[in-house]
Amino acid sequence: MSAPTAYPSRWRRPPTLIRDPRWRWALRVGALGYLVLALGALELDAARIAEGLERGAHFLRGFLQPDFTSRWRDIQQGLIESLTMTLTATVAGILLSVPIGIGAARNLVARPIYLACRAIVALSRALQEIIIAIFLVAMFGFGPFAGFMTLTFASIGFLAKLLADAIEEIDASQSEAIRATGASWWQLIHYAVQPQVMPRLIGLSLYRLDINFRESAVIGIVGAGGIGATLNTAIERYEYDSAGAILLIIIVIVLLVEYSSSHVRKYLQ
Amino acid sequence: MTTRSTAPPRYPQVWTFRPPRTRLALWVGWLLLAVLFLICWRLMNANTLWWFVADAPSQAIDIGQRMLPPRLAYLPELLVPLWDTLNMATLGTLGGVLLAVPVAFLAARNTTPSMRLVRPAALLVIVASRSINSLIWALLLVAIIGPGLLAGILAIALRSVGFVGKLLYEAIEESDPRPVEAIAATGAARAQVVHYGIVPQVLPAFWGISAFRWDINIRESTILGLVGAGGIGMKLQASIDTLAWSQVATLLLVILATVVVSEWLAARIRRALI
Repeated sequence: MSAPTAYPSRWRRPPTLIRDPRWRWALRVGALGYLVLALGALELDAARIAEGLERGAHFLRGFLQPDFTSRWRDIQQGLIESLTMTLTATVAGILLSVPIGIGAARNLVARPIYLACRAIVALSRALQEIIIAIFLVAMFGFGPFAGFMTLTFASIGFLAKLLADAIEEIDASQSEAIRATGASWWQLIHYAVQPQVMPRLIGLSLYRLDINFRESAVIGIVGAGGIGATLNTAIERYEYDSAGAILLIIIVIVLLVEYSSSHVRKYLQ
Repeated sequence: MTTRSTAPPRYPQVWTFRPPRTRLALWVGWLLLAVLFLICWRLMNANTLWWFVADAPSQAIDIGQRMLPPRLAYLPELLVPLWDTLNMATLGTLGGVLLAVPVAFLAARNTTPSMRLVRPAALLVIVASRSINSLIWALLLVAIIGPGLLAGILAIALRSVGFVGKLLYEAIEESDPRPVEAIAATGAARAQVVHYGIVPQVLPAFWGISAFRWDINIRESTILGLVGAGGIGMKLQASIDTLAWSQVATLLLVILATVVVSEWLAARIRRALI
């Protein structure tokens, strides 16, 4: 007869993610070591931070009492640039990404075309908008045209990839049925592929419109026009009340675009 | 005896994709979009210098020639900024996550202490943080606390709060109410209900979201230096300002490699969790 197993008198919650205690401890020690190293490399200047707090309070005051009027002409110009840039770039991006997206779908085209289109998509996705903007500003000069080119290029990577993925996932039986009627390749696209991916394409386009506006507020910092340029100027002039007004406008427009686009997307699905 | 007064409906001889009225509506819609596009195009390009644009291909060739070959001797100089960039992204993610967890619990419908007061405030925090890009946060913070890593870390953290907070509060709202109810039935306090009922359910989602945001933050932290927030972006800005395009090429390669590695790592972590 063996002694009864000693059960612990208190219940402890079993670990949920990492079951092996050795791994848990190794991760904890590793994380702690990294934190010490990383925080040690951080150079904190207490006097500079104290000064910063004062300026932060100044900025907060500017944000709470935004000044829309004194720089209204600049703000208006920046807003028009941003909004027009967003719309034109989204439209141009869709127009370009539809053929590229179809070309990047494995089930529709020959292998060389597939690889070429996937390469374009990968190139566009690898670089961030702001880095593309730096190059395009150097090429096309300052102003919203460079911003338009940037956003168009970035939209291609996003839309073409997701469109190609959607096309690759379509129901094959429909395209087979259309093909069985003797339809040409174009008819196949029109009657079998397009009806299946159209709702998704519209949804993605609206989502990209939303993203493009957000990005248009940023690329102005490197000279590509739009509200970002106005904001950059306002901050450089230490006009925090104008900067606060611009930020509020950006937040409100982003919210409006986001809500309306998510409503339309919900309606479509 | 009744006569057949109504003629049979006339169907078109040729099958078409859509009824005529829908086609007309679609045409009008496309026309309006085209008009809007043209108006926007004219407004946007009111100040565009077209001769400058026409010059772009030769400019591109010029820059391309200056970029090649990338100056690889510049690499050793980039190690410290790269370490700074990684730290900026990681510490920023950490700070953002620490701030986001309470905000998410205050915003979730099933854990918020007050629907009328606290929830809208928490949602406002999430929305404000989300709609401002981290580069703009960095621009503000550099103006306030001065250039350096700290501004970058705070910018990353402030942007991450909204992202992590939104995804996390949605995960909390989607959690199964039954375990929560069972734990409440044992007489557990509110904090215990959260600890034993909700936390285990959202923990995998939480780590997944954090890894996802860390990946995005690595990507973003490489460019925050453009506005003075430290890291490898500062080197990029300096190289662009001095028109050292061969160094810019090296920097782009380093940034690309960093982004690819972090994306791979985050994908691994997420796959292990799900």
